[in-house]
Amino acid sequence: MKKGRVWKYGDDVNTDVIFPGKYTYSVLEPEEMARHALEDLDPDFARKVKPGDVIVAGRNFGCGSSREQAATCLKHAGVQAVIAKSFARIFFRNAINQGLPVLQSEEAVDSIATGEEIEIDFSSGKIKTKKGVFTFSPFPESVLGILEEGGLIPYTRKKLKGKK
Amino acid sequence: MGKTFSEKILGLKAGREVQAGEVVTVSPDRILSHDNSAAIIKEFKKLGVKSVKAPQKLVIILDHIVPASSEKYASNHKTIREFVAEQNIPNFFDVPNGICHQVFSENGFALPGKLILGADSHTTSYGAFGAFSAGIGRSEVASLWAVDETWLRVPETIRIEINGKLPSGVYAKDVILKIIGDEGADRANYKAVEFTGEAVKKFSLASRLVLTNMAAEMGAKNGYCEPDEKTIQWLGDRAKDDFNVVTSDPDAVFEAVLKHDIFSLEPQVACPHTVDNVKPISEVEGTGFHQALIGTCTNGRLEDLEVAAGILKGKKVHPQVRVLVIPASRQEYLKALKKGIIEILAEAGCIILNPGCGPCLGAHQGVLAPGEVALSTANRNFRGRMGSRESEIYLASPATVAASSIEGKIEDPRKFL
Ligand code: SF4
Repeated sequence: MKKGRVWKYGDDVNTDVIFPGKYTYSVLEPEEMARHALEDLDPDFARKVKPGDVIVAGRNFGCGSSREQAATCLKHAGVQAVIAKSFARIFFRNAINQGLPVLQSEEAVDSIATGEEIEIDFSSGKIKTKKGVFTFSPFPESVLGILEEGGLIPYTRKKLKGKK
Repeated sequence: MGKTFSEKILGLKAGREVQAGEVVTVSPDRILSHDNSAAIIKEFKKLGVKSVKAPQKLVIILDHIVPASSEKYASNHKTIREFVAEQNIPNFFDVPNGICHQVFSENGFALPGKLILGADSHTTSYGAFGAFSAGIGRSEVASLWAVDETWLRVPETIRIEINGKLPSGVYAKDVILKIIGDEGADRANYKAVEFTGEAVKKFSLASRLVLTNMAAEMGAKNGYCEPDEKTIQWLGDRAKDDFNVVTSDPDAVFEAVLKHDIFSLEPQVACPHTVDNVKPISEVEGTGFHQALIGTCTNGRLEDLEVAAGILKGKKVHPQVRVLVIPASRQEYLKALKKGIIEILAEAGCIILNPGCGPCLGAHQGVLAPGEVALSTANRNFRGRMGSRESEIYLASPATVAASSIEGKIEDPRKFL
C-alpha cells in the first residue's frame, strides 16, 4: 500500500499541456523535464508536487503527441501513478515504458476529490479512497516486469544481458 | 469468418492467424524517427549493445527544427549524423528534405501491407498507402533498434464510410474535421480506422494522407485506405521494396461502421483548444487572427499549395496578418516552384519558409505571443502548441486559410471561387 495526495484534472489532458512541444528538443534531462510538468495546464503543479502524489483525470489522458517526455516529466516529478477513466494509446505505452503505473477506473475517478489522500495497492489492484475501495485490473506479467525494472530500457538491458 | 487488414498484416508478421484483441510479438519493416533520434540514441546507449540490429530498417529524417535554431538543436543534429555514420544507416535524410511523413512517403518506404512503427504520433499517415503504421515512444524505438521486435495489440477496426461528392470549396481536411468533431477525440482510441466509400476512392493520395494523418486525432492506433490503381500508380518506381496489397475481407468483423455523407458539407474549422471542437465556417466567420500557416504534414503538399495559390492569385494578404507557407518537402517545393505557385504566393505577401515542421510544434519560425491567434492547416490546436499558452489556434483547410488571409479574419473560401 502506498499513500498519495491527489491532483485532479478533467478529460482530454493532452501531451502539449503535460509537456509543451517547445521544450521537446531543448530540455533533455529528466529532472529539468519535471520542472515543466503540466506547465500549460496547472502552473502550480511542478512547484508544489510531492513524491508519491497521484494524478487523477478523466477520459483520454495523454492524447496527442508521441513524446515520451509527457510520461518522463510526471515520473520524475515524483508522481507514483496516474489514475484515469481512459488513456490515449501511445501515452499508455510510454508510461509503462517509463515505469510509471497507469490505472484505469472510471468509478475511482468519479469518487476522488482533489487534495484527498488515497492508497494504491498495485499487487491486488485496489484503490482506497474516502468513499470506498475500487479495483483496477492488475497488470499482466510482462507489463509488471517492465514496471518493476523501472522502465523498458532497464528491462531490455537486463534481458539482453541474460541472453549473452 | 473474414479478417480485417489489421488482423491480416499483423498475422503475417506474427506468422500465425490472429484476431483483434490478441497481443503479438512482431518485427517491423521500417522504423521511423526524426530529430528525436538524438534522445533515442541516448536511450539506446543505455542498453549495453554496440550496434543497431537491423540498420537497413531505420529511416531517420531531420525535420522538426531545421535548420537548427540554437546550439542545443545543432548538437542534437550532430549527434544523429555521427550515429548514422557509425552505424551505417543507409536511409538518412538530412535537413534539406522536408517533413518526415512526406519524405518517408515520397521515397517509397510507405507501402501496402507493410508494418511501420515510428517515433511520431502521425505515423498513422502511411495507412493512406495500405500499410499498418503506428506511433510509439522513444524508449520503444531504442529497444527496437537493439532487439528488432516489440509487442502490439491487434486492434479492432472501425470502418468509416464517406459517401458523396465533395462540394466545391470543400476538401478532405473539412471531411476529416467534421468526422473528428462528430465522433470525438477519443472515439477510435486503440483502434484501427479504415476509411472507405466512393469519396475516398476519388481522393488523390495527398487527400487520403489528410485522413490517415488526422486519424491520430481521433485516438486511432492506425488509419488505412484500401490501395487501388491510383495507389499503385503513385508508388510507381518510388517503391523501395516489393509489396503485397492487403485488404479487409468483405465479411470481416468491424467494431463499428460509421457513415458520413458529404453531399452538403460546408468548410469546417476546429476551434481552440481541442481538435474535436469543430464548427461549420458560418459559425466562426469574422474571427480575427494574427498569423496563418499553410503547410505541415497534414496540408503542405502541392495540391494544398495549388489551392491556396488559386485563391491568393493577384490578391494581397491582409496587412495585419503574417502568412507562412511551408512546403511539406523539397520535392513538393520544387514542383510548386516550377508551376509558378510559389511566385503567386510570394507576390501575395506570404512568407515562404524552408520545408520542415516550422512553427507547428512551437519551437521556431513564427511562434505565437500571448494573446495571439493562429489559423493553421496543421492537425493539432492544443493549448500552447505553437508558442504561448495564452495563444489560440484554429485549424482549417488550405482554401479557408488562404481566403481568410486576404480578409484578415476567418472567411468562407467559397466566396473566392
Ligand atoms: S508538421 Fe507538425 S504534426 Fe507534422 S510531423 Fe511536424 S510537428 Fe508533427
